Amino acid sequence: MIIAQTVIPNFGGGPNSCVRENRGFCLSWVQDNWNSVLWPAVRQHIELTAIAVVIGFVIAFGLALLAHRRRGFETPITVSTGVLYTIPSLALFQILVGFSFLGLNRLTVEIALVSYTLLILFRNTLEGLRGVPAEVREAALGMGLTRRQILTRVELPLALPAIVAGLRIATVTVISLATVAAFIDDEGLGSPIFRAIQSNVFKTELFAAGGLAVILALLADAALVLAQRLVTPWARRQRA
Amino acid sequence: MSSAATVEFAHVAKRYPGREEYAIRDLSFTVPAGEVCVLVGPSGCGKTTAMRLVNRMIELTSGDILLDGQSILGRDEAQLRREIGYAIQQVGLFPHVNVGDNIATVPRLLGWDKPRIRARIEELLELVGLEPEMRRRYPAQLSGGQRQRVGVARALAADPPLMLMDEPFGAIDPITRARLQDEFLRLQTEIRKTVLFVTHDIDEAIKMGDRIAVLRHGGELAQFATPGELLMHPADEFVEQFVGADRALKRLALTRVRDLELRVLMSEHDRNGHVRIAADESVRDALAKLLQSGRQEGIVVDADGSERGVISIDLISRSLENPA
Repeated sequence: MIIAQTVIPNFGGGPNSCVRENRGFCLSWVQDNWNSVLWPAVRQHIELTAIAVVIGFVIAFGLALLAHRRRGFETPITVSTGVLYTIPSLALFQILVGFSFLGLNRLTVEIALVSYTLLILFRNTLEGLRGVPAEVREAALGMGLTRRQILTRVELPLALPAIVAGLRIATVTVISLATVAAFIDDEGLGSPIFRAIQSNVFKTELFAAGGLAVILALLADAALVLAQRLVTPWARRQRA
Repeated sequence: MSSAATVEFAHVAKRYPGREEYAIRDLSFTVPAGEVCVLVGPSGCGKTTAMRLVNRMIELTSGDILLDGQSILGRDEAQLRREIGYAIQQVGLFPHVNVGDNIATVPRLLGWDKPRIRARIEELLELVGLEPEMRRRYPAQLSGGQRQRVGVARALAADPPLMLMDEPFGAIDPITRARLQDEFLRLQTEIRKTVLFVTHDIDEAIKMGDRIAVLRHGGELAQFATPGELLMHPADEFVEQFVGADRALKRLALTRVRDLELRVLMSEHDRNGHVRIAADESVRDALAKLLQSGRQEGIVVDADGSERGVISIDLISRSLENPA
């Protein structure tokens, strides 16, 4: 909350003529406020996203391993994460705020963001583990790999493309949703966007912050694609 | 670890839980060390099940299987499997690691050091007829025949005393298949492993097996015999039908021309008019050439071109009555 104070924009006038005269998108404002408003918001946004995706992945990964080992768990996990996924984000934030032990803070935001990643990450991880060809698993078992060795040496490496595909969707989704989270906790790129909406006059912040959120999503996606190529060199090799 | 193990099925039975009928019933036979035993039978006869009982991919219901006299039942499953080579029709190479790492799977599980594994990979690639550079290829970059070779190399990696091969050449085109069969037979004369080989193809069974176990539905052993015995004296109607109406021809395919007692070459033989037949051809191929030539007799020649004797349709026909 203390950090949030710093992102309250100063568009009351000052030396910037573009802002004073409300000429639409003011590049000079972006330059003037990059260090004080936009860059801190970007950093907060990355933090919010990274925490949500990492925690979401840890939970979903554990659930996927469980459902992989015991099929009976698949349906209950799919249904419950599916319900979380379908709750409208604003409604979910409201519901969470209603719990007395939570408040208008980052914890509440992260709980909401994590809950949106679970279905995607769970489904993709499980599909990836199950996608291992039967004959590969059969050969591994027949050669004397234990179940744990099959998981770590065969199933997980082969599931990587599906897992990374899930991470890409989850990350882009969270980057987008985290802007809405400023409704609860005044940080991230959502913060300048909300200010701009409330002010109803000044649009530079809206475009700048919105644009930055889009750029952030594209960069994160590209980084994950690159990471996947590095860890799955075999997936690109075609028959010579 | 010995280089080859004796495998003994002792009254082995398998019944799946909740099933009335047995998948395998009272199966008993012994495969001597260093021999290829082919399990053959119609689909659903339990031949694959019987093979998978050996490395405990399937647990037997009663009876026992002994490797060099030692029961498999008390063994740790993973440890047991690491001592038994395993090759399957679909190969099941790991797509995410290269050929060398695929071959290194079991040696790594057994904790071999790096130089030893490296040397073994090279040795095996040469043994199965692949270039050393192939070790860096990924399975997706190989042809079907190359994959099968890598699969066999991987199964042989830790020099197991026993190999289990489930239709290893089943999914390959006929020409490559015949070549892989020949290569494996040549390989086997070098490595002398005990091999349990599953197929539904009686011709492959006759070609590959030192001994053949014919199974009928319900996993019963219909006959356990050498290919020659099987073709000459089928135990019953089922086996007779299974080996086929052309079993006389199949027997001819098992014998080489040089193994027959050839007639002495006489001066009156017209050397230009008679078909020339190589001594190491199968008698079946020789018969085909004679029939094709329209003559009763042909001249048998050695690899160096020297004439060895005369073969005739009559002589071939008599060889079926009194096998060599």
